[in-house]
Amino acid sequence: MKINNHLLTTFGAFLMLVSCGQQNQSSNGALSSSAAEKVYVAPGEQDEFYAFLSGGYSGNLTVYGLPSGRMFKEIPVFSQFPTSGYGYSEETKPMLNTSHGFVPWDDAHHPDISQTNGELDGRWIFINGNNTPRIARINLSTFETEEIIEVPNSAGNHSSSFITENTEYVVAGTRFSVPIPQRDIPINEYKSNFKGSLSFISVDPEHGHMDLKFQLLMPGFNYDLSHPGRGKSHGWFFFTTYNTEEAYTLQEVNASQNDKDFIAAVNWKKIEEYVNNGGGTKMPANYAHNVYDEGTHTATTTMNKEVLTVDPLKVPGAVYFLPTPKSPHGCDVDPTGQYIIGNGKLSADLTVHSFDKMIAAIEGEKFDGEAYGIPILKFEDVLAGQVKSGGLGPLHTEFDGNGNAYTTFFISSEVVKWKLGTWEVIDRKPTYYSVGHLMIPGGNSRKPFGKYVVAMNKITKDRYLPTGPEMEHSAQIYDISGDKMELIYDFPTHGEPHYAAGIPADILAPKSQKIYRLDENEHPYAVKTPTDAKVVRDGNEVHIYMSTIRSHFTPDNIEGIKVGDKVFFHITNHEQDFDVPHGFAIIGQNTSELLIMPGQTKTSVWEPKQVGVWPFYCTDFCSALHQEMQGYVRVSPANSNIELKWSLGE
Amino acid sequence: MKKASLLMIIGPLFLLGLYVFPLWNIMLGAPQYPDPLGLHIHISGLQGANEFDIQNIDGLNHYIGMQTLPKPEDMWEFGTFPLIIGIMVAIGVSIGILGYFDKVSYKWFIGWFALMSIMGVLGMYDFNEWLVDYGTNLDPNAIMKLTNLDGTPMTYKPPLLGHVKMLNFDVTSLPSIGAWLMFLGMMLTLTAGILGWKNAIKQ
Repeated sequence: MKINNHLLTTFGAFLMLVSCGQQNQSSNGALSSSAAEKVYVAPGEQDEFYAFLSGGYSGNLTVYGLPSGRMFKEIPVFSQFPTSGYGYSEETKPMLNTSHGFVPWDDAHHPDISQTNGELDGRWIFINGNNTPRIARINLSTFETEEIIEVPNSAGNHSSSFITENTEYVVAGTRFSVPIPQRDIPINEYKSNFKGSLSFISVDPEHGHMDLKFQLLMPGFNYDLSHPGRGKSHGWFFFTTYNTEEAYTLQEVNASQNDKDFIAAVNWKKIEEYVNNGGGTKMPANYAHNVYDEGTHTATTTMNKEVLTVDPLKVPGAVYFLPTPKSPHGCDVDPTGQYIIGNGKLSADLTVHSFDKMIAAIEGEKFDGEAYGIPILKFEDVLAGQVKSGGLGPLHTEFDGNGNAYTTFFISSEVVKWKLGTWEVIDRKPTYYSVGHLMIPGGNSRKPFGKYVVAMNKITKDRYLPTGPEMEHSAQIYDISGDKMELIYDFPTHGEPHYAAGIPADILAPKSQKIYRLDENEHPYAVKTPTDAKVVRDGNEVHIYMSTIRSHFTPDNIEGIKVGDKVFFHITNHEQDFDVPHGFAIIGQNTSELLIMPGQTKTSVWEPKQVGVWPFYCTDFCSALHQEMQGYVRVSPANSNIELKWSLGE
Repeated sequence: MKKASLLMIIGPLFLLGLYVFPLWNIMLGAPQYPDPLGLHIHISGLQGANEFDIQNIDGLNHYIGMQTLPKPEDMWEFGTFPLIIGIMVAIGVSIGILGYFDKVSYKWFIGWFALMSIMGVLGMYDFNEWLVDYGTNLDPNAIMKLTNLDGTPMTYKPPLLGHVKMLNFDVTSLPSIGAWLMFLGMMLTLTAGILGWKNAIKQ
């Protein structure tokens, strides 16, 4: 069987022609009873891990269970979400404000869970928007997006959003260097005008609030991925770069000319000290900071006008370049903090740098020239070893905490398990097809939970029943508790998951919130008791203070609304019972419905354009009398003088 | 008699537990309530097993026209029971002390036990009366008016003791810590009475 597997990997296409039977046998392995037992979570039972998969171009974050592969929730982050009204309700529209105005979509890439002492603590999860550079923070007791900060002086916010081992910073790098500050110049003046900013966003340890502490303005390379140092290398951050050629057109070719690009090693502790002592240059900027307040259930936007920038040359010893072959993509640090793995995406081999050797080379001042004044260390001096993998197109590496690393290979479509220190390949398993990131819960922390690895693929083709040209992406789960990896499950994912983050369920599940407390609702338009329900006119704006409980709205008859009015439905859900949301929709609503959780207040704006009596109703099947949960609004001509009137049960 | 008197002093003190712990407990579980709703019945009022249980029980019961659960000021019992318990504890302990100094005989012990037992039974009777009213005195405009197989209107009296299946709910009613402490205390006073009686026979 061993030989078969190897042959299958190497000569898959050939074998498919001549030995169909054997191939079927091999792929049916996933359906064997032991694999089925491993992923089967019986009805009523719960999964062992949460997995948070980025939604890629869905802009959101999806929550799955491992090992079942069941999807629990889609958390709206950077995209409007009509299901709940996120980005449509008056309360959440500010979440999507940017310096470019309201941007209702983004490309969400790399979720990372907050850590304490390098271990997952499960307070928050961060994720980056790649297109209009933003970092979001999601609360892991409400599973709601609480904060989004725009990153100025950045474009292609890709080497993000990775956190340091005590969640001191969430770090955001620039994949597409741009003129800093932005200005009107010819594109061919790229060199020396374009820069790549690396942003260090501090995280308040109490509330998680983010603040852009400083930006390091680096040469105009493409900063592709990053990871923090941990343990002995805590205080450093490592970024892969490509396009050290500084090409600005046909990058496919022109950015692939240098045999080696760099991993940038940034001593952020040193820069932090420099900044704390008054170092750095304040630069005018304009970027949005959107914060959602759980008390008022409302987000507000603040436009920040200044950013502190740091020239790396002003802080000696803060930044070094580690030569790394073949346009490296993934940049991963092992649980001990000793090894920095750069995966040359155009190469067959993995390059592993040693943190100890890097420090020794820096102390010995053994440099191999410089780039824009930043010292380049000698490749041989920092190299710990190379993994001769036999695969093609290595991208990302995760760790199991038992001295093993797992690397994805996009081109040869496989996961390769290898040993840290000896660099020997232990096992390899195909993925279906062309895997991007992989995820082991805690696999990029000091304490991985090395039981499963999830491989997230870019190509689906024939894995599931066909659904036309457009399909969801595929993912595979492998059991990695033994010496050899075992493919145990295959499931479709939503959007295009890039990275993912996993965490044991027993850390998160007990603190998952069930309701919002009505007595802590500080929304200015909330009604605490149905007797406070009212309708107030202010010019052509009408504010309806409405409450809901199974199964009626208070009030449910409203008269005196006129064509041309702007009607605000402020709806407070008076339930204080787990999993009893109420919905709200009214005919002709130009936004989305609202889905209001117990104790919450949400607002929908309705601008009636036609005279008549128009119904509204609850969209969530809330009780046996859900169908009865409706009401009417009488809309009169603009010039009528019908008085405002509201009632329930009259 | 000294030993019996000590028991008679200690026994009534166990009733003080009723000021802290619930007397009775009614739990309501259903398919959509994997974590059951619960009602703790204290001598001074009702409390939800979880913070919002009373509100949620009332919310569900409005479909079938049941009254909302009483607040302490809605029932005289919640004002009176704590007083009665306090007085009975004071009397019981006093009897014990007097017994210790041979001022009263064991018959007072048995007398206290008998009085407390009668009051307990009356209390249970009163509690059951309330349950009957709560479960049968329904709003004629109830949303759901359900009937039994024989055509009579369905009623919803929770059991005084034990388990009943009521629509989609499994209702379980059991004595709680306060009642068990009271039972223990009363058993101590009964033991005190018996010990005292045996002593008297010996003499």
